[in-house]
Amino acid sequence: MANSTTSKRAVAPPLNVLSVVAPAIGWLIPGAGHLIQKRWIRGFLLLASVVVMFILGLLMQGHVYKPNGGDILNILGFIGDLGSGGLYIVSLAKDLGQGAIAHASADYGTKFMFVAGLLNFISVADAYHISIGKKS
Amino acid sequence: MTGTLTLTHFSAALLFSIFASIVFGITQRNTARDQIRYGFYCFCMFIGGVFVGGWLMWLLRR
Repeated sequence: MANSTTSKRAVAPPLNVLSVVAPAIGWLIPGAGHLIQKRWIRGFLLLASVVVMFILGLLMQGHVYKPNGGDILNILGFIGDLGSGGLYIVSLAKDLGQGAIAHASADYGTKFMFVAGLLNFISVADAYHISIGKKS
Repeated sequence: MTGTLTLTHFSAALLFSIFASIVFGITQRNTARDQIRYGFYCFCMFIGGVFVGGWLMWLLRR
């Protein structure tokens, strides 16, 4: 019984340099985690999807959430936006997306940027799975 | 950002569906064929959801 329990225990994936670098660079530059692992088409499609969504959000006058400790929705907004990595850092540095959400398009834009960040979190996890050999 | 992009609700939902489906397809399946199929499935579900939601709201409004 004890042996069968032991044999069923999940084995920790081997940690290598790529399994740390790929998610990190994939967060900073969307799709780059796949590109450095030579998944060219997937990488460019992820890059295009996340970047275009984020830029469309900015063009629609969406709101970029800053780090905050206030309302739970604002905190979640910040976490979502943070997923975009470099795009989020640049938009904060350039002071973009700081207007009020005054019309429907701005609300759509805010959601576009939020979801772009969440999609990038998923692609970061995918880059990690590829790096440890869990996915081809 | 100086210019303001104004999209209709449907065009915004369409763009959202395209990009989200691409990412879902790539990240949730292994082979290229499965990725395309799953991406297309997600896109259909998104757009289908838009129409179903739209009709439900129309019914609720009556």
